[in-house]
Amino acid sequence: MSVGIIMLVHTALDRAEQVARHWSAAGCPVVIHVDANVPRKTYKAFTKTLGDVPTVRFCQRHKCEWGTWGLVAGTLSASELLLAEFPEVRHVYLSSGSCLPLRPVQELVDYLAARPQTDFIESATTSDVPWTVGGLSDERFTLRFPFSWKRHRYLFDKYVDLQRKIGFKRKVPNGITPHMGSQWWCLTRQTLSAILEDPERDTYDTYFRKVWIPDESYFQTLARLYSTNIESRSLTLSKFDFQGKPHIFYDDHLQLLRRSDCFVARKIWPQANRLYDGFLRDPEGAIKMTEPNPAKIDRIFAKAVERRTQGRQGLYMQSRFPHEGFEHSITSGRYSVFQGFSDLFEDFEPWLAKSTGTQVHGHLYSPERAEFSGGQMVVNGALTDSPALRDYNPTAFLTNLIWNTRGERQCFQLGPADETAPIWFIAKDSNAQVSVISGAWAVPLFKSNRNFADLRQEAARLQKLEAEQLKVLRSVWAKARIRIWTMAEFIEAPMEPLQSIIDEMGQHALRRLTEAPKMADLTGFGQFLQNLKNQGMHPYLMGDFPVSPPGLNQPKPPRKPYLVQ
Amino acid sequence: MSIFQSYRLRLKRKQLLIRAFRKRREMKSVVDRTDNILGDDILAFTTLRNEKVRLPFFLQYYRDMGVNHFLIVDNDSDDGSREYLAEQPDVSLWSSKHSYRRSRYGVDWLNWLQRKYGEEHWCLVVDPDEFLVYPFCDTRPLRALTDWLDASSIRSFSAMLLDMYPKGRISERPYRSGQNPLEIASWFDSGNYSISRNWKYWNLWIQGGARARMFFQDNPEESPALNKVPLVKWTKKYAYVDSAHMLLPRGLNLVFDQWGGEKASGVLLHTKFLDTFSVKAAEELKRRQHYSKSVEYLAYARGLNEDPELWCKWSEKYINWRQLEILGLMSKGNWA
Repeated sequence: MSVGIIMLVHTALDRAEQVARHWSAAGCPVVIHVDANVPRKTYKAFTKTLGDVPTVRFCQRHKCEWGTWGLVAGTLSASELLLAEFPEVRHVYLSSGSCLPLRPVQELVDYLAARPQTDFIESATTSDVPWTVGGLSDERFTLRFPFSWKRHRYLFDKYVDLQRKIGFKRKVPNGITPHMGSQWWCLTRQTLSAILEDPERDTYDTYFRKVWIPDESYFQTLARLYSTNIESRSLTLSKFDFQGKPHIFYDDHLQLLRRSDCFVARKIWPQANRLYDGFLRDPEGAIKMTEPNPAKIDRIFAKAVERRTQGRQGLYMQSRFPHEGFEHSITSGRYSVFQGFSDLFEDFEPWLAKSTGTQVHGHLYSPERAEFSGGQMVVNGALTDSPALRDYNPTAFLTNLIWNTRGERQCFQLGPADETAPIWFIAKDSNAQVSVISGAWAVPLFKSNRNFADLRQEAARLQKLEAEQLKVLRSVWAKARIRIWTMAEFIEAPMEPLQSIIDEMGQHALRRLTEAPKMADLTGFGQFLQNLKNQGMHPYLMGDFPVSPPGLNQPKPPRKPYLVQ
Repeated sequence: MSIFQSYRLRLKRKQLLIRAFRKRREMKSVVDRTDNILGDDILAFTTLRNEKVRLPFFLQYYRDMGVNHFLIVDNDSDDGSREYLAEQPDVSLWSSKHSYRRSRYGVDWLNWLQRKYGEEHWCLVVDPDEFLVYPFCDTRPLRALTDWLDASSIRSFSAMLLDMYPKGRISERPYRSGQNPLEIASWFDSGNYSISRNWKYWNLWIQGGARARMFFQDNPEESPALNKVPLVKWTKKYAYVDSAHMLLPRGLNLVFDQWGGEKASGVLLHTKFLDTFSVKAAEELKRRQHYSKSVEYLAYARGLNEDPELWCKWSEKYINWRQLEILGLMSKGNWA
């Protein structure tokens, strides 16, 4: 008993020859179907080079175009010839010219001999599998497809639309249930000859002639009628990408293919010399009886598909530049933005760095320069503090920073004066955690030693800017985790909000903050605000501050700064 | 509106092709070996001027990668580049004494050569200081890539320009002919690129890197474009608009995915910053034959006089393509 091989060949005939010789040298008869599109001269030369191998035959040629009946017709002709010419064949293995046997042929023969009644053919009903690419699943079997998908895509699509519109439906003959699966199968003589000699074969052939991609459904459907024992998987390792195009194997896949223990792999790059040399050698060592195990290869190709369709989140580069709204995630990692905290607390940045272990920057969008942590001029990825470069593309600056520091959480300060900050971008980013103490910008003004007229003007400017920022942060499109307190609200119980912000950052296991940042001395701040009001500028973003009662010409002893426990 | 715009771009493309046709007479054939080009050969197109010291390694690099024939326009070299190239068995050489600037930096010349010889070939347009790196380039020849692109019905392949520079001053380590320039200029900036879309030509406009960091801190809008589409399955209808940065028809510029995925892409390692650079910059400044009245070279000259070091603490040392992939500068896409 032996295994017969059918090879469907259309290019790389030299490789096909090599593989055919390999099969027949191991005692497997081979029937080759050469695409009728191959020029007659080339075909003749090809048959001649294989003329010295007695167990290689060539069957009648059909024109094969992807997705059409030709491939099935070729397979049928080859099967008929193979079964007729080589009566000792029990299993028939369908392969292509770019298939490569990975294990010694004897192992395949033994494997099949141990399963004499089993048909290896992937076969599933259309409703159960998500394989179909391009939206045609059931309709493959109920519509007609007279136009070539490759050459006349427009007509193909329009004709499908038309049939859908008028509700055209073909009848499936004799109540067979259409099944689909990989076109590379291995059937027993019993099953295959039953399909070939079926009295109804003409009916089925006529029907499948107009089915879309019949090579993935003809045998898969009919085998269900006759087989006693279907093992629904393909013995050929064949991976498809997101467009339904087979992945190609190269020299650097050698080890992977070796370890996969699959019998045959498809498709091999014709110039992958190391693969052909490595696998078409005479077997050495003991015969293995292991089951194929393509899991590792599966993972690699699944990853490739994921990369092509999902990409790396938050990466903007020459070949990934998503439209707004199609990014999946617009930055590559979580980060925190603080507004007003470094105004209200004197040592907020070092405190935050210490209590969370994150990278804490100053005002990244300060008009003077990007204030990177520790006063650095250049940070990860050679990102510089140059304000002109930053403001040339402020969102790229942010996405670059977050991408360059993957794995390390970034925190930075924001203020109303940082006008170039991409506030909309941050507000829409679900990776951003934004905490705002509104009106805290007044504290540095209050502490500064400037003329009141200037202060009043500056306060008015900052209040306007911050009001605009808050509008953005409160918009319905904001997806960031945003918390806004007025200053008055915040200083009533500062520890609670701080604790929840830091808990949410999740840098450490939950524990209570032991040390609080030092709050600026706010004695007289209420009066300062009142003075602004008296000058006609109405500060409202900080909430209500009582005007502390003025002592009778006696300055009160300086209060201890707010220390919160 | 969009029909109107498509039509305008069509006219623009025709105009570029006519321009290339007119400019063909500016080139004189020195050695024509184009008869040796076979049906599916991969062709490289280059213009150069006084690059002899770089040529041996350049040719070897691309020969090893699988380029079958080089079509080179020599813009009036006087350092022996022409004689050297004329001797190479896989080079066809033209020479031109005409203005590099007025041939739009050589684009017109190459558009003509590509139109004439590039039909249905994979064409690679690179300068002698640019070295292509693509996914799996250490184990798979360029042919594997072009076959895969063919099978995927992709006609253009993106490779962004990545400026390489040495550690220390540029003049510190002299470059010897035949040496791999990456031994000297082995550092690059990994994460300071800014990208915007050009809606007219559909391409991305990438700026940044070491050049922007060092020379264009105050006027970033003038920093050079880094987006390139150097590898194209050519037809007579195609034309480069602007160096290898963008093409017409503009569909060829869609080398990036717009729905969140990644397409396959490579990198052109740009080894401009060797000790040969300062001489070159001074000369180019005098000739004024480069973009926007050589604003780029002016900026360099300013920078180099102060003798800067391009290297910084966060520079990355080049290892291989996988490193560039991890850093997000290029992608395997769905090639596995």
